[in-house]
Amino acid sequence: MNILGNVVEHYVLLSALIFTIGSIGFLVRRNVLVQLMSIELMLNAVNLALVAFNRRHVGDMNGQVFSFFIIAVAAAEAAVGLAIVLSFYRLKQSVFSDDADQLRL
Amino acid sequence: MNVGNVFFALCSVAALVGAICTVLAKNPIRGAMGLLLTIVGIAGLFLKLNAQFLAAIQLIVYAGAVVVLFVFVIMLLGPDAGHGEPKTEPTGRVLRGLSGLLMAALALVSLALVLLQTGDDKPQRFGHVGPQHGSVEAVGQQLFTKAIVPFELATALLIVAVVGAIAVARSRHQVRTKKQSPSATRRFFHGPLHPRDAGRPLTGEEL
Repeated sequence: MNILGNVVEHYVLLSALIFTIGSIGFLVRRNVLVQLMSIELMLNAVNLALVAFNRRHVGDMNGQVFSFFIIAVAAAEAAVGLAIVLSFYRLKQSVFSDDADQLRL
Repeated sequence: MNVGNVFFALCSVAALVGAICTVLAKNPIRGAMGLLLTIVGIAGLFLKLNAQFLAAIQLIVYAGAVVVLFVFVIMLLGPDAGHGEPKTEPTGRVLRGLSGLLMAALALVSLALVLLQTGDDKPQRFGHVGPQHGSVEAVGQQLFTKAIVPFELATALLIVAVVGAIAVARSRHQVRTKKQSPSATRRFFHGPLHPRDAGRPLTGEEL
């Protein structure tokens, strides 16, 4: 036995669950900070799936290299996103995405 | 059940609980702590998957930089960082609930399709890997040979992101410096130019 955590299916299942939780959080919550955190959750779930699939390919590091680049892009995205949140708060005194309605007719 | 199974169970439960905490938290600082729990759990899973380098990177970049950045912004906004959700018209609430339900239904259906599929291919256990798999040498080798162009592009992306973040986030009010005196020469010397003027008060007219 002892199969728990030793097959790729368990990791992909966990990754799918975390990705779903993140996407629901992004759709349902309206606090921009929580929405950004949900995006980070989704990126982390994708990383987990990539590294889990890479475990099946011994001697090949493509999945982990991909994951490395996703981490770099996520860091850049968090920095720019939080800067936009700060700028938005300065403009509207609010952190809720409902108040970002300048483009609305 | 051996140590590896228990480690996987602990890390996956931590990651799931952290994710649910992040999404449900009324207070964003609790959400950030949930995100931290998820990140540490996923770093543990990376260790279980023989990706030691990525586990370290995950802890350094996510737990050390991204979560700290989130906490900084939440503390900067203070009590205005949003406690709970604002009241809105019922249409928006219904639409948001529907979109969340649709996403959950999609995920459940796809999971059920995967889990209920009938096939005689048993889940394949991970094979044995040497200590080379996931080490800094192996990942770095790939990174600096086959992935050198994306690597350099990622450095450019990070620099652009940092400059852009500063440009977007800095406040316009502090950019303007105080009014400067009209004469550049006077600003430069900041005193009488000739010994003959040493006793006279500076008016700014003599330059």
